[in-house]
Amino acid sequence: MPAGVGRTVEDLRLVNLTKQFGVSKAVDDLSITISAGSFFALLGASGCGKTTTLRMVAGLEDPTSGQVFIGEQDVTDLRAFQRPVNTVFQSYALFPHLDIFENVAFGLRRRGIKDVDAQVNTMLDLVELSALARRKPSQLSGGQQQRVAVARALINQPDVLLLDEPLGALDLKLRRQMQIELKRIQSEVGTTFVHVTHDQEEAMTMADTVAVMNAGRIEQMGHPADVYEMPRTIFVANFLGQSNLIQGTLASFGDVVEVAAFGLSFKMPSQRNVAPGHSVVVGVRPEKITVLDAHDETKLPSTHNRIYGTVTDVSYTGVSTQYLVETPWEQSIIAFEQNSIVGDRCELGDPVVLGWAPEHTFGLDPAEGIHAGLDRAVLELESDTEA
Amino acid sequence: MAPIAPAASVAPSAAEGSKKRSRIAYFLLIPGLAWLSIFFVIPLVTLFITSLQTESTRRPGTYVPGFQISNYTDALAEYWPQFVRSFVYAGLATAFALVIAYPLAYFIAFKAGNWRSLMLVLVVAPSFASFLLRTYAWKTILADDGPVTSALNTLHVLPDGRILNTGIAVVAGLTYNFLPFMVLPLYASLDKIDYRLIEAGNDLYGSPQQVFRKVTWPLSMPGVVAGTLLTFIPAAGDFINAELLGSTKDKMIGNVIQTNFIEFRDYPTASALSFSLMAAILILVLTYIRRSGTEDLV
Amino acid sequence: MRWIREHVIGAIAVMVLLYLFLPIAVVIAFSFNNPASKFNLSWNEFSLDAWTQICGVPGVCSSFVTSVEIGLISTLFATILGTMISFALVRYRFKGRSSTNLLIFMPMATPEIVMGSSLLALFLNLSFPLGPVTVMIAHIMFIISFVVVAVKARLQGMDPRLEEAARDLYASPSATFRYVTFPLVLPGILGAALLGFSLSFDDFIISFFNAGTLVTFPIYIWGAAQRGIPPQVNALASLVFIAALVIVLSAQVVAWRKRKALAVR
Repeated sequence: MPAGVGRTVEDLRLVNLTKQFGVSKAVDDLSITISAGSFFALLGASGCGKTTTLRMVAGLEDPTSGQVFIGEQDVTDLRAFQRPVNTVFQSYALFPHLDIFENVAFGLRRRGIKDVDAQVNTMLDLVELSALARRKPSQLSGGQQQRVAVARALINQPDVLLLDEPLGALDLKLRRQMQIELKRIQSEVGTTFVHVTHDQEEAMTMADTVAVMNAGRIEQMGHPADVYEMPRTIFVANFLGQSNLIQGTLASFGDVVEVAAFGLSFKMPSQRNVAPGHSVVVGVRPEKITVLDAHDETKLPSTHNRIYGTVTDVSYTGVSTQYLVETPWEQSIIAFEQNSIVGDRCELGDPVVLGWAPEHTFGLDPAEGIHAGLDRAVLELESDTEA
Repeated sequence: MAPIAPAASVAPSAAEGSKKRSRIAYFLLIPGLAWLSIFFVIPLVTLFITSLQTESTRRPGTYVPGFQISNYTDALAEYWPQFVRSFVYAGLATAFALVIAYPLAYFIAFKAGNWRSLMLVLVVAPSFASFLLRTYAWKTILADDGPVTSALNTLHVLPDGRILNTGIAVVAGLTYNFLPFMVLPLYASLDKIDYRLIEAGNDLYGSPQQVFRKVTWPLSMPGVVAGTLLTFIPAAGDFINAELLGSTKDKMIGNVIQTNFIEFRDYPTASALSFSLMAAILILVLTYIRRSGTEDLV
Repeated sequence: MRWIREHVIGAIAVMVLLYLFLPIAVVIAFSFNNPASKFNLSWNEFSLDAWTQICGVPGVCSSFVTSVEIGLISTLFATILGTMISFALVRYRFKGRSSTNLLIFMPMATPEIVMGSSLLALFLNLSFPLGPVTVMIAHIMFIISFVVVAVKARLQGMDPRLEEAARDLYASPSATFRYVTFPLVLPGILGAALLGFSLSFDDFIISFFNAGTLVTFPIYIWGAAQRGIPPQVNALASLVFIAALVIVLSAQVVAWRKRKALAVR
């Protein structure tokens, strides 16, 4: 782990990585390449295998099978302290008996570097903590501790920095601040960041690549906007943001695909449909939907997909208004309307038409089941209200 | 990563590592466990063997291996009053200690605030002064012409008109000496109770007595069990209090074992008594733990 | 009425503490007594003799030194052995865990007189000479369990992520132990050692059975109780009490200062 200038950052490659705990597979045949210098977010619910993946990269957990490469070097059999990888732990794991300076210097000293002062001070400057160098971790606030944890890892100039739910312990406002801070640090040092989180907003704001993980596998990976705009599985559609999903069957092919459902027809460009068969789940994000009084239907562009229904709930949230609209087939569609529109909002009981562009529509394979990726608690609540 | 099983989360999951690591475990365990086996377990076995020895016919005063069960029956026939007395005194002392310790432990756990750690130190601190001297000091406090005895005598509550050299003094001494062993486990288990549970009890229209009976007391049960055991066991085997504070009529089984072992050198009898004490306490403790439903204590 | 109810428990608590300290007050007070008879049981007149000539009575100070020596050596061995067991119990998986736990629990649940007499039975059967060695063997035996309990609690309270963090930061297993694990467990070990020393120093019953002609401080007191305890013994015991209280209280003050520093952050 030579520290110095002119260091080339290397790709991180996971090849068929599998981790089995008893009978259950925490990580199932995972193969991804995380390109050098990227900010990569591994997103998933608790227990999806994301932390286990991270620990295998760190060397804190041995894979059942598969390999971990950094550049061309196979590091699978290297112990944690032999890998050019450092971790920012959940709840930081700062050494309580050492002060901030010694916490940050820890890695350098273990590698036998005698003169650590200059490096430690530079690093403390980077995270703006120079004034607190001689404090103990317990005397620092959560945000400051977080920055120490980052400095302690980064000072070693690792090829890869792993962050395990690094912002989980912070309150909302501080989390926002630290998200920006971490991005700044990442762009300054250029190290590959692999960030594990269950917070989709955090993943999307910070990362340039997001991988959504479920049951030990990666469901979809790509630029946050691409993944959000065009989810490839029902799990991703439901887990990353919210989606309205309607079950239908394929009616016509071509450059534009048409799906029939409940007497309506939904169009979308063919490349936005990933359903392999005739059965297609049609999806649309709530903020893509325009809500109009049924009398104003003519205001919708003629190419738009549309659904008719009755408003059953209106919630004003400041930036937007959320509508719940019940369709004739008793499905609730959720729609967000920006509050920038001049004029009346629709009201409870109003007959409305919902419209959206075919380019905002996506078609998914129904095999997973329409509830994949939804919070179990939300599902239970829904079935209660239905009963 | 819930902090449920720190051992499991640190222990290696890889198969090849675990064999090597369990070798380290045995390396760490063996010296200490060997010490305990040689100087705790084997002596108990020796005690049992000694308890069955018979007196040598050729050299009176020395003992040879045998299977003299009458050592037990004779010893128990002769010393059963001291045996019973030990358990009665220890039981009384445990009960008094519980009554005295509970309010103190409750106060430290819920009301002491910033004084909590200082008060805990004060509970332990008396143990820093010699056990024997503290017991001896009760001789002064409870002396026949002392203030305590005089005060109680004006109320005419003392059957013999005195405390010192009676069973009362012995029980008082036992209660005093083992009180910290009652307070600490009680505190530990009260401290684990979420005070909001007690507040919820009050909120749900429970009178203070009801809340104590239905909420606080049941939740503090592990501490009560641990505390009573830690008080009862040493109290039942003690001979210092009976020797210093009691008369010859108040001797406990500890005194008998001590004199038989060290003064009379009647090793088989003393061993039989000692082993019986161990067995009796073990049976008592096990039934008690089972009854109170806190088997996970051990 | 309400005021009384709220404060009655506090009043009881204070009274119980006073009760705990009453005999100690007597012990300290009577170190300043000039007893009228050889029994130092009732107040006669104030005197500093016991303090100015603290070793003035033959045997007192030598028994005191004997107890300190036995306490130090026993504590050292018991702390090492007990700490090793604690590490094995918390950090490793091995067969025989429950019997290990039982073996450690049993000495704490056995009356001292049983342990003392059974060890004596062993030494007699082996014709092993009684003396300092047998007393130390006995002390180490019964202290180990207390050390295990104390150190184990400290180890279990430690976040396993701290050691992972060390490994992640290029610390080899031995460096992890040296720079992270050991410093963090050290307060627990020191606490266990302090407890072990006080148990050993004050032990009478087990020592009495296995001391032979050796006289430890408690054994001296026991013997003196028959013929009158000189006030020098009270003075020495008071010294020990005050020293121990100072050590524990200063540890408390350090902890309290730390908390306070946190609060003003």
